[in-house]
Amino acid sequence: MLSSPGWSLRTPSVLTRFVIFTALSLALMVLDHRGQQLAKVRAGLSVVFYPIEVAATLPARAGESVLKVIGGDRALREKYDKLATRQSLLEAKLERYEALKAQNTHLRKLLGSAALVADRAVVAKILQVNEEPFTREIVIAKGSRDGVRDGQPVIDNHGIMGQVTEVDPEQSRVTLITNPGHAIPVEDTRNGLRTIVFGTGDEDRVAVRYLTAPTDIKVGDLLVSSGIGGTFPFGYPVARITSIVNNPNEPFLDIHARPIAHLEYNKEVLLIWPTRARPEKAPPPSPPRPLSRDGSQAPVAAKRGIAPSEAGASPPGTPDSGTRHGH
Amino acid sequence: MPAPPPVFLMSLRPNNRSRLVIALTFIVALILTMLPGPEWARPFRPDWVSLVLIYWCMATPQRVGVGVGWTVGLILDVLYGSLLGERALAETLVAFLTLKLHLRMRMFPRWQQAVTVLVLVAINHLVVLWISDLVAHTPVRWSYWTSSVVSMLIWPWLFIILRDVRRRARVS
Repeated sequence: MLSSPGWSLRTPSVLTRFVIFTALSLALMVLDHRGQQLAKVRAGLSVVFYPIEVAATLPARAGESVLKVIGGDRALREKYDKLATRQSLLEAKLERYEALKAQNTHLRKLLGSAALVADRAVVAKILQVNEEPFTREIVIAKGSRDGVRDGQPVIDNHGIMGQVTEVDPEQSRVTLITNPGHAIPVEDTRNGLRTIVFGTGDEDRVAVRYLTAPTDIKVGDLLVSSGIGGTFPFGYPVARITSIVNNPNEPFLDIHARPIAHLEYNKEVLLIWPTRARPEKAPPPSPPRPLSRDGSQAPVAAKRGIAPSEAGASPPGTPDSGTRHGH
Repeated sequence: MPAPPPVFLMSLRPNNRSRLVIALTFIVALILTMLPGPEWARPFRPDWVSLVLIYWCMATPQRVGVGVGWTVGLILDVLYGSLLGERALAETLVAFLTLKLHLRMRMFPRWQQAVTVLVLVAINHLVVLWISDLVAHTPVRWSYWTSSVVSMLIWPWLFIILRDVRRRARVS
């Protein structure tokens, strides 16, 4: 017993090892949170443990193929699959029309828009949904070999679902707009008000923050992506306002919205490659990224960049803006 | 007298056999953790990996300790895509506490063991919650804690299964 290597009684005491491994974990967390050095390590490890994910999805896939066999004629099934794919592609093209119509009524927008001519889209299957309670993420079966890149927008037939945040050769991870820490710049189709939609962690709720009481926003307003920041293309539906609470004790309105995309029901999503009519001269301002991976500064920067009104620009930490107005 | 272990396992040296069996149980636990499931079932999923870790720390503390806890925690981090080291730290803590308590836990009646497991798993989840909250503000719902309770309820059955595995494969 004493002579066996590795886990013998002669190795350092339990407490020593506990301290060592705790320090190791803390160092890893700091490194992972602060920088990008660990991205390659993480990618390598996820390739190593890919079989576990495959094994976990095996029962569901087996059940699916059994159902397909029972389901009857194979040619018919193939034709159906093809048509279903075509249908979702067409719907994705259609979904921008409401926004485009609103756009035409606003001359202001006519100048700066039409940046998007056509989007290339590819259907991707959802491999798995993250079961961790805090993160709203999905894993899709398209990776860097299919041309997927970091920050790429992901939509469904109804609206924007999220963006790609981790790319492996065969699969990639998509952070949904409901993920806490995810932020997406949007505008109101009714009046063009620019604001930001934040994830809350609830699967059917997002929040619009940093808007003050006099802001012109109503329940039922449709928010579409504004294209500011460069990550998401203009004009895709994001959320519809469901409730606005004006608590006089709070500096900002408490606004909730329901995502338009069917975040929890899809089996397939669409990856889009936005094409721009004119090349961008300046590099796009820092796009909103999820907090959990890339540090906390990015969404804050995006928020300042497109603060909707002068009162909304004050940071959330300042004392009640109503008091200031009173003096 | 427990049944003899399968032939292919007996052909291995005892040391390797034990390691293989322990690794297999962890792999099964990881697969169970990653099984896709409906949204409503999410709060009712037991923390399989912590439960298996607690069992092996209790039954074979000379083999499974904080090092193994750290490793499986890191694998969980990779699979979940969470901050690297987050669950590694939580599982390290669980392994450490179990090693400190393992002699007492072996003597406990089954229900008392289950309550201890509840506390250990809840500590694990609390550490994960703290770290997630530090990194990015995370909303806390009561349903977050049901997983610990489900882990407690499933412990007596898991204990019997793993004990059977350990005896049949003669893991020591």
